[in-house]
Amino acid sequence: MTKIGLEIHCQLTKLESKLFCSCKANYREHEINSNICPVCMGLPGTLPRINQKAIEKATLIAMALNCSTPDKIAFFRKNYFYPDLPKNFQITQLNIYGDTSVGGSGMIMVGDKQIRITRIQLEEDPGRLIYEGSSSKNQTTLVDYNRAGVALVEIVTEPDFENPKQVREFLNILSDLLENLNVADPSLEGAMRADANVSIEGGNKVEIKNIGSFHDLEKAVHFEITRQESLHSRDIPIAQETRHWDDKRKITISSRSKEEELDYRYFLEGDIPWITIGKEIHQRLKLEMPESISSKKERYVSSYNIPEQVAMVLSSDKFYSDLFDKSHTKNNAKEVANIITTDLMGLVDTREKRERSKLLPSHLNDLADLIQSGKLTRTSAKNALYEIVKSGKELSQIISEMDLGNVSDKNQLLTIIKQVISEEPQAVEQAKSNPQTVNFLVGKIMQKTKGKADPKLTLVLLKKELG
Amino acid sequence: MNLKISALEYIDQVKNGQISAEEFVSATIDRIKKIDGKLHAFLQINPDAVEQARKVDKKIKLGEKVGACFGMPISIKDNICIKNSKTTCASKMLENFIAPYDATVISKLKQQDAIFVGKVNMDEFAMGLTTEFSAYGPSKNPWNTDYVPGGSSGGSAVSVSAFECVASLGSDTGGSVRNPASFCSTVGYKPTYGLISRYGLISYANSIEQIGPMTRTVKDTAFLLNILCGLDTNDNTTIDNGNQDYLSEIDSGIEGKKIGIIQEMIGEGIDSQVLSATKDAISKLEGLGAICDNVSIDMVKYSVASYYTITATEAGSNLARYDNIRYGYEFPVEGYEFNSYISKVRSKFGPEVIRRMILGGFVPSAGHAGKYFLKALKVKSKLTKEVNQAFKKYDFLIAPTVPVLPFKIGEKINDPVALFLVDINTVMSNLSGTPSISIPYAISNGLPIGMQLLAKHRDDKSLLQAARALETTVQLPEVPI
Repeated sequence: MTKIGLEIHCQLTKLESKLFCSCKANYREHEINSNICPVCMGLPGTLPRINQKAIEKATLIAMALNCSTPDKIAFFRKNYFYPDLPKNFQITQLNIYGDTSVGGSGMIMVGDKQIRITRIQLEEDPGRLIYEGSSSKNQTTLVDYNRAGVALVEIVTEPDFENPKQVREFLNILSDLLENLNVADPSLEGAMRADANVSIEGGNKVEIKNIGSFHDLEKAVHFEITRQESLHSRDIPIAQETRHWDDKRKITISSRSKEEELDYRYFLEGDIPWITIGKEIHQRLKLEMPESISSKKERYVSSYNIPEQVAMVLSSDKFYSDLFDKSHTKNNAKEVANIITTDLMGLVDTREKRERSKLLPSHLNDLADLIQSGKLTRTSAKNALYEIVKSGKELSQIISEMDLGNVSDKNQLLTIIKQVISEEPQAVEQAKSNPQTVNFLVGKIMQKTKGKADPKLTLVLLKKELG
Repeated sequence: MNLKISALEYIDQVKNGQISAEEFVSATIDRIKKIDGKLHAFLQINPDAVEQARKVDKKIKLGEKVGACFGMPISIKDNICIKNSKTTCASKMLENFIAPYDATVISKLKQQDAIFVGKVNMDEFAMGLTTEFSAYGPSKNPWNTDYVPGGSSGGSAVSVSAFECVASLGSDTGGSVRNPASFCSTVGYKPTYGLISRYGLISYANSIEQIGPMTRTVKDTAFLLNILCGLDTNDNTTIDNGNQDYLSEIDSGIEGKKIGIIQEMIGEGIDSQVLSATKDAISKLEGLGAICDNVSIDMVKYSVASYYTITATEAGSNLARYDNIRYGYEFPVEGYEFNSYISKVRSKFGPEVIRRMILGGFVPSAGHAGKYFLKALKVKSKLTKEVNQAFKKYDFLIAPTVPVLPFKIGEKINDPVALFLVDINTVMSNLSGTPSISIPYAISNGLPIGMQLLAKHRDDKSLLQAARALETTVQLPEVPI
């Protein structure tokens, strides 16, 4: 049986500052080596200063993944030399001397499959290496320390996955969960990284390191299984080794480094005393914990009678579910959900578009009300939505500017209906026996009114005219 | 100009207008220039010291608010960062390291208008107890320049003892303040762990070390402690002392206090002169109304082994950052890859540092940690329990600071194991996080002997009172330089 285990590294991007100093957690828009200070550069004499918010966010993740959470946590030093590590050790957590990391064993359901979580630990991100020079002979390595010290949560799973599809489903659930908890924005470049270990029936365990995105993680696992199966079918033994993911060629490559042999000489970080996360903090975090995705979904279905599928799509994305929760009333909830899932999702499908969008919850509420009262057709509403996202103008202003208001004047409509009836004698004849043709005629009326004819009224009037 | 006054006397005289800060500081600088060639306490002299003193005088003259130090000249061990000045740890590795920030203790002293006359010598990265392991040459004992001044805060002790400053800041990882204080006849104090912020102190073994004042009198130490102590957001290990005033009630005496004499620290290998001085101190304390009794702390015999195992482990990690990539000394990278570069540049560490780094790579390593590092931690925790137990019965403990007299420069440098054993009476306070103080007690054949008093965790105030009581019984000759 194929076994896959994951180590997910997730930056706590929603923090203000780094894990041990007040430099910005959002290092992305800084000039190289400008988001640094004596502490995150590990200058002689500096000491780490623990960010309490980071501990709380990490604990929140542990709670959401049903992990045990100890009353006291500790930090350890992982000692190794690497140019991206300012201190040549990383401050991290460890569970070999008792459960002292933010999260102990937990689990999460992926469909019907239970994935066990081994542990969750909080640690500092290293700097970023930039390689210059084409050949190995003239290659130099530059280091950007802007990222050094950013809070990173490592989520380690048991080897419970059996195929890449389960991995992908898990990653989707996990990204949504992290976003919903307001701890991380998984779509930020480099915010999510992973290592995986993969073994097939009868083969050794292979570790794949350095996978830079969730997207590649599934690919890497898939590649590795295929590679191992191919070796196995030719009776070539699968070596227990560490491989690196080459994200340009999309393959795994055997690491020549002796990483497995490194002895990290872990010991307690004396500069950070044991931190008590008492019952009160756990209690408070429980209260502050955002509603889970599954509970949101259930609420949408049971309270508003929103179809299961729509509720699922809506609840799993924090951006849309927040928008929904802020905009709907009891009466127009279904319509708001409908607008979001059928029209809005296509308009703001990237991070940039979301950030640029001028849409307010009140816009959605107004749109839904007008659709329900028949004052705006769905087609017009879609056009208005496009304009709202672009300009943020009031709906009423857009309706008048774009002339989107419904034609609901009886006489005006009747004139148009009569015109259509005279132009389409064949369809009129068929309509008497075939209701589908009635829809064809409604379509014609809509054409003439540029989609603005009040659909309900049109149907009533048309049927009357047809006898 | 009489430089041979205590810190509190200095403050009084400046306040009264008897002397000016400028006069005193400039006379101090003159003395440093005159005698430090023989002593080598200083690695750098602050060229702006006199100018800074002049500014303090101006503030006094204009009736502006003046800090509690009134321009008092203080020397600083070269492992404590002062902004925009070199902080070398007496190592070639940090030959060109200019600190871009002030240590917390430095900020606090600046606020109180102290003047830093210079950075003083030490064993490289505070590893040693003679100051012979300084990469810039040893300091010499002002009582006899053929002798070591102790260490690792040797420069601090020499500068206070030889009147090259009024007070100094050292750091104490296993006795590095108290040992040179004892060898040079000054007061040396190691506070409760966490009482003084370590932010800006370059770590050697961060879980047990503290910055400590070195002064002429116990009162001066209490005065400085009032300035230096307190919670610091930059150091998560600092403790809240409830704004205690260490100077008030310093003359409370020790009548009725129970004092335990640590048997393991006056046994085998102790110098007879040191032993008789200790006995003398005990009878003096009894004369002051204290009740003295023998106490045994079994784990003392393993404490030095535990100490070296723990400090080597932490040092191996703390000193790993010196890879010369972000700061350090000039050494081009061309032709090296990362590992070959760092092993090349790190050869600038001196022999004692290298010895401890090798030890520090070994004792916590997989397969050996159980036998060494983890065992050392067990000794530490058992020792702490025993110490706490002893303090249930006794208010204070007493032992000579160092069981031997100062020895000659070069005498023990090639015998690291013999050197290690000189630490036996001091490491206990570091391993248990408790406070202790060494005060000048006797002079034997022209060489100083210091007496050490120890108190329980956070009992620094009573400890200073006890030390003050013992100090009043002591009359010593002046340093012959």
